[in-house]
Amino acid sequence: MLELRDIAFRQDDFSLCADLTLPKGGRFAVIGASGSGKSTLLSLIGGFLFPDQGKVMWNGQDITGMAPGDRPISTLFQHHNLFPHLTIRQNIGMGLRPDLRLDTSQRNRVAQVLDQVGLSGMGDRRPAALSGGQQSRVALARVLLRARPILLLDEPFAALGPALKAEMLSLLNDIADGTEATVLMVTHDPQDARVFSPQTILVEDGRAHAPRDTAPLLDDPPPGLRAYLG
Amino acid sequence: MAARLRGVIAGRIVAAGLGALILGTLAAVAWQAGGLSGLGEWDWRAVRFTIWQAALSATLSAALAVPVARALARRRFRGRGLLVTLLGAPFILPVIVAIMGLISVFGRNGALNEGLRALGLPEIGIYGWQGVILAHVFFNLPLSVRLILQGWQAIPSERFRLASSLGFAPADIARHLERPMLRAALPGVWLAVFLVCLTSFTVALALGGGPRATTVELAIYQAFRFDFDLGRAATLGLVQIGLCIAAMLAARWIAIPAGFGAGMDAGQGPTGPRGWRVAADAAVIALAAGFLLWPLAAVMAVGVPRLPMLQADIWWAAGRSVVMAVISALLAVMLCLTLALTIARGAGRWIEAAGMLPLIASPLVLGTGLFILLRDMAGPQQMALPVTVAINAAMALPFGLRALIPAARSLQDDYGQLAASLDLRGWARLRYLTLPRLARPLGFAGGLAAALAMGDLGVITLFASDQPTLPLKLYQLMNSYRMADAAGAAVLLMALSFGLFWVFDKGGRLDA
Amino acid sequence: MKPLLIATALLAATPALAQDRVLTVYASDYIASEWGPGPKIKSEFEAFCDCTLDFVTGDILPRLLMEGEGTDADIVFGLNTDVTARARASGLFAPHGQDTSDMSLPVEWTDDIFLPYNWGETAFVYDNTRLENPPASFQELLDAPDDLKIVIQDPRSSISGLALLLWVKQVYGDDAPDAWAKLAPKVLTVTRGWSESYGMFTDGEADMVLSYTTSPAYHIAAEDDLTKKAAIFPEGHYFMAELAAQVASTDQPELAQQFMDWILTPEFQKTIPLANWSLPAKLPQDDWPQVMRDLPRPDKTLFYSEDEAEALRQPALDEWLRAFAG
Repeated sequence: MLELRDIAFRQDDFSLCADLTLPKGGRFAVIGASGSGKSTLLSLIGGFLFPDQGKVMWNGQDITGMAPGDRPISTLFQHHNLFPHLTIRQNIGMGLRPDLRLDTSQRNRVAQVLDQVGLSGMGDRRPAALSGGQQSRVALARVLLRARPILLLDEPFAALGPALKAEMLSLLNDIADGTEATVLMVTHDPQDARVFSPQTILVEDGRAHAPRDTAPLLDDPPPGLRAYLG
Repeated sequence: MAARLRGVIAGRIVAAGLGALILGTLAAVAWQAGGLSGLGEWDWRAVRFTIWQAALSATLSAALAVPVARALARRRFRGRGLLVTLLGAPFILPVIVAIMGLISVFGRNGALNEGLRALGLPEIGIYGWQGVILAHVFFNLPLSVRLILQGWQAIPSERFRLASSLGFAPADIARHLERPMLRAALPGVWLAVFLVCLTSFTVALALGGGPRATTVELAIYQAFRFDFDLGRAATLGLVQIGLCIAAMLAARWIAIPAGFGAGMDAGQGPTGPRGWRVAADAAVIALAAGFLLWPLAAVMAVGVPRLPMLQADIWWAAGRSVVMAVISALLAVMLCLTLALTIARGAGRWIEAAGMLPLIASPLVLGTGLFILLRDMAGPQQMALPVTVAINAAMALPFGLRALIPAARSLQDDYGQLAASLDLRGWARLRYLTLPRLARPLGFAGGLAAALAMGDLGVITLFASDQPTLPLKLYQLMNSYRMADAAGAAVLLMALSFGLFWVFDKGGRLDA
Repeated sequence: MKPLLIATALLAATPALAQDRVLTVYASDYIASEWGPGPKIKSEFEAFCDCTLDFVTGDILPRLLMEGEGTDADIVFGLNTDVTARARASGLFAPHGQDTSDMSLPVEWTDDIFLPYNWGETAFVYDNTRLENPPASFQELLDAPDDLKIVIQDPRSSISGLALLLWVKQVYGDDAPDAWAKLAPKVLTVTRGWSESYGMFTDGEADMVLSYTTSPAYHIAAEDDLTKKAAIFPEGHYFMAELAAQVASTDQPELAQQFMDWILTPEFQKTIPLANWSLPAKLPQDDWPQVMRDLPRPDKTLFYSEDEAEALRQPALDEWLRAFAG
């Protein structure tokens, strides 16, 4: 269970507060206007920003002060999810051991997840030699390998076409099912939210609101969200 | 968090160490002298001349660089890439070699004046202040062209396409596209050259000119060497630092253009206007190439035939210099990297300022201060080489940092979060993220440091040593009447400086 | 491993050999270079002293003054006349203990601390293929047309530059400022040291260079070049000698004394002319190499005593500065 207890964050004119409890295995879309604080919310959970007050708890343990890499979290960023100078295999292997000293069984697991995302045989290429969709698969393969119980997605598929994006969401779905991960996914596409996440967190007016069922929220959005969705 | 903290702390330590080195040596000199002493009329003249020549050199370098950079930016021709690389050469040329070349071209007996005499035209003189300015422009025009050329290439090509679709004449392009870029870039270029010229030493020494062309650094040398007046040397050193700090404060809003070491061959640039401007651009490029490359060719013409005659001792000194330069360069790269990574993580501005300190410090004060501080710890002979290596590394930092900071910033912006989320830190981060991503600017910084160290005569004279470096050997040859051998040694020195730069720079590009 | 070995070989200090007695000699830079007298001094002195002679080169006097009594130096080799006052004032030196009554110097030498081992005089050197009618006197030089170009050294950084200052002062006395005013337009440039000036001269940049009466000897002996001449002026030429002294705080007083004794022996003095391109301080003229004996000698040698030189230095420098800053 992921809890944000009475979180408040302030930076210049911007502020965000959150008081949420997200059950294990849940899927949540995070939706809101640009600049409302969707990414900030993810950064607070991911450990890239620190709240001025409040706590981030995972299964009753306080992880507020923990370094990003030590948290039970995998993150997919909007850009730069792969190191362009490393091979696909290295990029994925880094999910197991950042120093890449992999033993045989770990190397086998890397090969296995490459298979699972349909990229077997491409391990020695560099990201630039892959298509955008394939690059997303590599990032997902690493998520799969790391198998962390929380997964944060900051619009990683925004640049993909509709068909590819659907494919990625479905792959993501499988992975999250397999690892029973709690998933938070920032999106600006209400369709993504409807397909992927039964519940949605609305970020509006400096507050991350408690999750509500996605369909009713989107069918009858509050005025701010309505203006944003158009 | 711990690794991150360690990184930031390492950067602070390096910055504090630099500050202590620069200011501590100054304090040591003042302490040895029993305090600072006042400056005389001639010292103040030196201060005025220093400011004046630095301002004039900077203005000329920046102004002359504009047409050259524009011509290079909008023309494509065979060998352009090579030419752009070669035009950078004077910046890393050892000063003494450059002076030899400049005299053989622009001197009274030089090729240019012979031509002028043959045509019945008045001769030009390079001795005195004109020579100092000429040499400074020679050294700094490459730097200015490089920085401004980057500005040109940074104008998105869409804008040039938009301009041509709107039927802009060259004058319109200049007004709407080029001048705004120049307004942003030129002040920074000017400041960079100004600072470099403010502490220039050997140029004024060699081309001389006497009391009318005495710089502060030369006055420091005289205070040391002839008056044994350490108090005055320390005061002058302080004045010099004050001048530089004042210049930097006055120009606080001026950003020295970043990406000093970035690649120069952006494929698609604007296509230049046709007509007479083609000839004009060709003439500008030819003039710049002649000005910058002719002196190098002249040095080679005299010196290359002497190379086989050089004695074994010269080659040993050359080998020693190369080893020292390589160690200096590696040290500089390490220090640069530590500082740049700390700065990229948003550490205070003082760290960046500390990184710039060596640019404004007097090498003479630095050397003497270290001598005073270290003499009780070890024999100066044992210290000579390590101290020279360390000082050369410190002196190269400001240039290396210019190349490294922007790259380190974008590394942090682009991959900092990913690395943190994967818990990539310590050696693994250095090996798999930092070094591969920063290889190019690191190679460039290392090459620059190696070349500058190679040509440095530096502090070694005070520490003395029975192991002379190549530049010292060159002076010894000249002092023993062996001018022809000195010309051979000068070519060797030039070749090694360029070679070292090339090897480091290439090393940084291997993986790309 | 190999590169590391080579690097170590290049950077390792010359190891002190088996002998535990080491004589440390602070010397001007050019002395220890392989073209200077240094290597010969080292091998010949070591041959009979059963010791190791270590040259330490660089800016010797500034360094010695900073080190004070803690210095490692046993001998200082290569100080110049004209700076002895400040060296003496430091109190760091011990008497040389040599008989200087029959030196082969053009001036009388009574100094009991600083011992000259070579000497020469300042002179303007020219190339007779480029300058067919050189000035025959200092006055003719002053009166020459301004397109006669000379290079000189800065008296604030060069010992020969300082000698020129004193030369002019001795020839022209209170009229020195006028002399400088006449000379200044002919001065192509003022360089930091002698080598830069001389390089410009051999490159053909200047018609005459401030150097020494003995400079042509190098070109004759080493290059078979007979075109370089020193212009001999009837007004006289200024005397310059290089000096050695032993350091009072030496931990090798015997060796140091042995070295001082050796300096004036004919064995050492004979090496001076062709290694240092200057004249020996104590050697009958018949024992000089032919090339030195053949050089034209000035009739008159000018020299200021140490105290006079020290007293005149600053006022003469001010006159010079004013003439060139105009």
